[in-house]
Amino acid sequence: MKFKAMTAIAAVILTVPMWAAADPDDDNLILNGETEMTTKAAAPAHLADVMDEVMSGWHFRSDETQMMQADDFDNPGMVFVENAMNAWNTAEGSEGKSCADCHGDVADMAGVKPTYPKWNEDAGAVRTLQMQVNACRTERMGADAWKYDGGDAIEMEALLSSVSRGMPVDVAIDGPAQKTWEMGKELYYTRTGQLELSCANCHEDNYGNMIRADHLSQGQINGFPTYRLKNAKLNGVHSRFKGCVRDTRAETYKPGSQEFIALELYVTSRGNGLSVEGPSVRN
Amino acid sequence: MKLFTVSLASALTAGMAFAGGVAPQDVVFGEYGEVEVSLSGVAGDPARGAEVYGSKKLGNCVACHEITTQNVAFPGNVGPALDGVADRWNQAELRGILSNSKKTFEGTIMPAYYKVDGFVRPGKAYTGKAADGPLDPLLSAQDIEDVVAFLMTLKDE
Ligand code: HEC
Ligand code: HEC
Repeated sequence: MKFKAMTAIAAVILTVPMWAAADPDDDNLILNGETEMTTKAAAPAHLADVMDEVMSGWHFRSDETQMMQADDFDNPGMVFVENAMNAWNTAEGSEGKSCADCHGDVADMAGVKPTYPKWNEDAGAVRTLQMQVNACRTERMGADAWKYDGGDAIEMEALLSSVSRGMPVDVAIDGPAQKTWEMGKELYYTRTGQLELSCANCHEDNYGNMIRADHLSQGQINGFPTYRLKNAKLNGVHSRFKGCVRDTRAETYKPGSQEFIALELYVTSRGNGLSVEGPSVRN
Repeated sequence: MKLFTVSLASALTAGMAFAGGVAPQDVVFGEYGEVEVSLSGVAGDPARGAEVYGSKKLGNCVACHEITTQNVAFPGNVGPALDGVADRWNQAELRGILSNSKKTFEGTIMPAYYKVDGFVRPGKAYTGKAADGPLDPLLSAQDIEDVVAFLMTLKDE
């Protein structure tokens, strides 16, 4: 184990930061000294006219923060994954079933996270992973739905993400999901609030630049849920969106709202090709 | 000339409704986004302008701009450095850029500091809640005059 940690550290400090302004760095992320993560990838076709390369938010963080994510023993987010592991195996609700009763070992869920949000035929709607988990809870277990982005939900999402780490994000944006995707795209480019800022103003036009002390990333969500050093907990995608919209001096949308579901699909699709990283570590 | 008369007239009418100055809705922009008439009618104070410029609660211009002679921790670089800005723009132009930069730079990310309507989902400051009444501009007329006076001191030549 010691050895693995060393490898990870070595991998992270490969490049000497030049501090030429604040461009994203060229470090490589090797998880636990064994899984090579794709943190930069050719932009998906639907982004070809606005950028060539998509990059994980990992590249925009300090070496110290990057290192924490490279090894599960140093990643504070993994504690929450362990909590969710217990929940996975615990029967709840009127049917007396646990997640494991239907799905078996959580490792068998590898490959699920990269495809969400995704169209659900029965529901006739796009579902985020948290919505799918809640559908299992209410329809199959007879248990209560978890609060959107609440502790239980975010921990379970982190567990499901953790078993898919290293796999490429690959959400479908065509077929029945297309309408939702388009709604998300519209929201991404809408300038909101008294500051009249869109997601694109910061994360497409200005990634790599500094907005005061904040190094602007592409606002990718392949790393979610993220453990943020700032609030020392796991953070959900919708809560992050909410914070960014609030910072434009706008009335935000709610976690779990149609708008944020659509925006999640759209923003996820901007990272198609990047590795699933959650739970990642950010500041 | 035409432009000048128009702006002056509107400054006068607005002045009656808006104590000694031009209300945000009544600002008249020239062809290139410049604003000829003082928003407050009171000369700007460059020292106070520097404060407004740097204060997170007020202008927070440092979030996006650097002035290399200023000793500010972590100035942003989303916008250009403002060294020598008074050599590039005159007073009316700077006032226009501050009041509504979109009239000078189409589609710019820089917020409009003297604008109160036409927003999508305007919020109540940074609470994330809907605005519960008419919005105040991000900066007052005097704040802007002060910042303009401060920017006018930034000359290289
Ligand atoms: C005023 C600038 C600004 C706007 C507008 C903005 N953001 Fe952000 N966003 C930031 C900053 C600053 C951070 C923290 C640094 C970073 O990760 O980029 C951030 C972080 C993020 C992150 C976390 C990335 C990571 O790797 O953990 C996501 C996701 C995100 N933003 C999405 C959005 C979306 C979607 C919108 C529009 C609804 C949006 N942002 C609008 C400034 C902005
Ligand atoms: C969110 C970012 C942002 C903020 C905040 C901001 N600006 Fe700007 N500003 C810009 C950008 C970007 C430009 C360049 C215009 C363009 O091409 O969009 C600019 C241009 C300017 C210019 C013209 C500069 C030149 O050299 O031609 C001045 C003057 C200026 N800003 C002053 C200010 C002042 C004063 C404040 C605060 C009251 C401020 N800005 C706040 C982003 C910002």
